[in-house]
Amino acid sequence: MIRIANGQGFWGDWLEAPVRLVEQGPIDYLALDYLAEVTMSILQKQRQADAALGYARDFPPLVARISDAIRERGVRVVANAGGVNPVACAREVVRLAPGLKVAVVLGDDVYPRLDELLAKGYEMRDMDTGEPIAAVRDRIQSANAYIGAFPLAEALGTGAHVVVAGRSTDTALALAPMVHRFAWKPDDLDKLAAGTIAGHIIECGAQSTGGNCQVDWQTIPDMANIGYPIVEAEPDGTFVVTKHAAAGGRVSVDSVKEQLLYELGDPRQYITPDCVADFTSIRLEDAGRDRVRVSGIRGGPRPPTLKLSISYANGWKAIGTLVYSWPQALEKARAADRIVRERLRGLGLEFDEISTEYFGVNACLGPAAPPNPDPPEVQLRIGVRGAHKRAVDRFTRELIPLVLNGPPGATGFGEGRPVVREIVAYWSALVPREEIVTRVEVIE
Amino acid sequence: MKVPLSEIAHTRSGDKGDTCNIGVIAYHERDYSVLLREVTAERVKRHFGELVKGQVERFELPNLGALNFLLHGALGGGGTVSLRTDAQGKTLGASLLSLEIDISEKPLAERRGA
Repeated sequence: MIRIANGQGFWGDWLEAPVRLVEQGPIDYLALDYLAEVTMSILQKQRQADAALGYARDFPPLVARISDAIRERGVRVVANAGGVNPVACAREVVRLAPGLKVAVVLGDDVYPRLDELLAKGYEMRDMDTGEPIAAVRDRIQSANAYIGAFPLAEALGTGAHVVVAGRSTDTALALAPMVHRFAWKPDDLDKLAAGTIAGHIIECGAQSTGGNCQVDWQTIPDMANIGYPIVEAEPDGTFVVTKHAAAGGRVSVDSVKEQLLYELGDPRQYITPDCVADFTSIRLEDAGRDRVRVSGIRGGPRPPTLKLSISYANGWKAIGTLVYSWPQALEKARAADRIVRERLRGLGLEFDEISTEYFGVNACLGPAAPPNPDPPEVQLRIGVRGAHKRAVDRFTRELIPLVLNGPPGATGFGEGRPVVREIVAYWSALVPREEIVTRVEVIE
Repeated sequence: MKVPLSEIAHTRSGDKGDTCNIGVIAYHERDYSVLLREVTAERVKRHFGELVKGQVERFELPNLGALNFLLHGALGGGGTVSLRTDAQGKTLGASLLSLEIDISEKPLAERRGA
């Protein structure tokens, strides 16, 4: 049996979680997931500005902070912190934590190869719209192939303390230690599917240990010290989901079910680079306090393609707010919205979308929100987006004047003018997996 | 007898681009048949009204006593494009718990709060 923990569900997750995981009890592997779709484009821009950047900068100091556990207790770290510059990330780890051996997985970054792939005839059509990528070619900011567990397992095979990947799948971070330690092969489909589902359960950190859990949420113990998830994996593909006993939170069949359903598509077709997992085969069983046993998982063969995660510039946006208080708070906010829209029209500004929400009334649920005709206060929230930065910038000047020249009682403008942001949109496409060749480099 | 869905199920929701997924999970697996009958794709689409621009798909997970819904075109473009407060659809699952369902066939003792 090996213990695999997840200590980061995204870049920006709780900084203490991975430290607690290595301090509060035994684990063998620490998986850390840093990358969301848009993260890669931010990192690509950072690398363009400075060739030594382009990775998750939280990661090297974290490794330094837990380096005693890595050296003395043999905890091994698997992370997709490398972003678009995994070698620079590994060098920074070695600089901050001297003596550690870091294995880097390379080959996922196809940004420099896009024209080569186009020349080979791959249209890289968007998986949602079917549009060929040529439509946005000149606006692309990053392009990476999702890679699976086998390249990461190869990196673990070097004996490195730390494995740094770029755009590996989230689930591969947990599956790779199983492939490595149990010597699973590419045709061990049920086992690979089991490890993939184990990865899915822990990839969002505390979302499987009581975080964001609806079931009896008021009684979940010690959420301030919530434990992050640990999988106790067996060579036969069964596993137990748990957490350290000293940590807060709750692992239950209910909490695991909620996470299994999170961001799920067709449950019979959970497609990864390693296999296709069947979520309708999962068996869950209460195995004692904060322990859930998972078994029965079946899988199908991996697809002949790999998915590309591509980001591209897609215009500009800004979102601004004002607060109206009782009486007639909602009526005032609605009047202010009409005035802003009329002024924007009067200025001849063009936007792809103007979106208005009334925070406290319908911001989250729109037409599905329960009626609330006379709220004591309402935040008017107007967002615009469009291709022209100047138009979006001009919009940001149209809210605060309402404090003096609109309906009475506007406040809540203390943050000043809204910020104009570039929209970096996401494009996914498939290429034959033979096009993506990974390799491992060791840095120490 | 009509009760809110929250009497027999819990949910979790999230995003994949402009599609919101909602997992609906029966507290007791014996109530899965009620979910199957009462929580149809059509009723979910009607619950959210114009919030969902596209189709609603339903998938069945009898092994977990759960249904998975995909609400296409529900997130104002999704991801970084969306101007919405809840661009990830995190709150839509809880909203669905107010859906009225019929549990007349359930024995009184099995009803929550009975």
